Amino acid sequence: MSDANLFAQQAANRRRSFWLVTAFVLCFAWVGFGGDYALYLLTAGAPPGAYRHAIPFIGVLATTMAAGLCYFAWKTGPRRVLLAAGAWEVVTPASAAQLQLANVVEEMAVAAGLPKPTLYVVPDADLNAFATGHDRRHASIAVTEGLLDALDRDELQGVVAHEMSHIQNDDVKLMTLLAGMLGAVALFSDTLGRYVRLGGRIGGPSRVGGGRAGGKGGNPLGAVLLLFWIFSLLIAPVVSRLLAMAVSRKREYLADATAAQLTRNPDALARALEKLEAASGATRNITQGAAHLCIVDPAERKISDREGILGDIFASHPPLRLRVARLKAMAFQQARREGGALPA
Amino acid sequence: MVFIILILLVVAVLWMVGAYNSLIGLRNQVTNGWTQIDVQLKRRHDLIPNLVNTVKGAMEYERGTMEAVIAARAKAMGAQGVKATAEAEGQLSQSLGKLFALMENYPDLKATANVLQLQEELTSTENRIGFSRQHYNDVATEYNTKQQQFPTSLVAGIAKASPADLWVIVDAGERAVPVVDLSSRAPGA
Repeated sequence: MSDANLFAQQAANRRRSFWLVTAFVLCFAWVGFGGDYALYLLTAGAPPGAYRHAIPFIGVLATTMAAGLCYFAWKTGPRRVLLAAGAWEVVTPASAAQLQLANVVEEMAVAAGLPKPTLYVVPDADLNAFATGHDRRHASIAVTEGLLDALDRDELQGVVAHEMSHIQNDDVKLMTLLAGMLGAVALFSDTLGRYVRLGGRIGGPSRVGGGRAGGKGGNPLGAVLLLFWIFSLLIAPVVSRLLAMAVSRKREYLADATAAQLTRNPDALARALEKLEAASGATRNITQGAAHLCIVDPAERKISDREGILGDIFASHPPLRLRVARLKAMAFQQARREGGALPA
Repeated sequence: MVFIILILLVVAVLWMVGAYNSLIGLRNQVTNGWTQIDVQLKRRHDLIPNLVNTVKGAMEYERGTMEAVIAARAKAMGAQGVKATAEAEGQLSQSLGKLFALMENYPDLKATANVLQLQEELTSTENRIGFSRQHYNDVATEYNTKQQQFPTSLVAGIAKASPADLWVIVDAGERAVPVVDLSSRAPGA
């Protein structure tokens, strides 16, 4: 990749990170202040002495929390992603396979002109790999034990090059931010959702009764807003997951292409991806919250295999078959250009 | 009128500063790229005596090949400049390739843990040399293109920019030989 192109990619990713954080904070502000407003309208007609919701403390709290979470996600995201996967760092390679991995990572760092990322192994028999980090100079690459066992040197190089491309393109920061936020949204929505359900069960009947009896105690706008607010709370985890998937899907093709450029061996990565596809088990150590970081979807029922609208919306990765086909096309072009033997 | 000319002048100077700085930045990248190659070449030179010492006993009959490797190493270590280094290292690659090919005839030797590890290190070093060369050539090409392209070429004289030598593979024989893959584990193993 020419440097101009690379800089454009990095700038685009910085922009994406900025908008992601902004949208995240705004979303929490909406959830917070929207809830305040709905409660305010609902309690405006309450009799004197009853609770009136005048101070928008939910909104202030939610917005502050969102900003804090963004910082927290950026600061501790990489460590928590690695911790959640149960990954341990390879300090000094203990076996031949680990030595090879360390060497391959070093080679790819040389090819990308970047410092060597720290190296982690995930104790899982399935085949998968991911990269995470604050920025290009402070990044980590993690691979599963299954991957080390199943791939030969060239294929491993292809996979590591793919992860190195994510680091080089500044994808890791964006993706790790996303991972941290996904977790936060799920937690927030869970907690608040439970609170709302609980509150509805306790306070619900009396409030509804009062509304019917008084006729002016409840504000219809407030009720609609409250419904809408609860709805947005319930779909927040889904929407944030969809966002993560959409962002990650686009990055995968680019990382494949950059990997081919680093190794000049697209065929090896294509073979590796085929092996990853053949191993259809789930990567149990990697939770769905970090799925978009991985080279292939860690879930068992691989939704990314489906083309069409379902895959377009829900998959964190493009169909592996399409990725393999694109890489094979690159290998074919390369072989034709260099006049060598055409790969099968 | 004077005002417009002044603005144009300021814009021109600002552009010149930008172009000058981008050329200097690229030149430093080229220098850094070359340093990276040097680091990897040093690693290769350090590993070769290890390899020769390890296989010396078992490969008594291949003395000629081993001596060729040692000689090529000595020559490569003394080489200066991009072109001379590229040529000397190319020859070293060739003689190393010959030694690797001969080692295939000694399955017992190849199977020892020590040799396996050495081979992995050498494979990695060869790859690193290749990749750092690739990186260097990419950066050097960008630098060369930039200083020749108009209008940056106007500033090239002030920045004392001169085309950087690319690391070209000199030997036709080396170009034809594919990368020797000494991966310690067979595919699919």
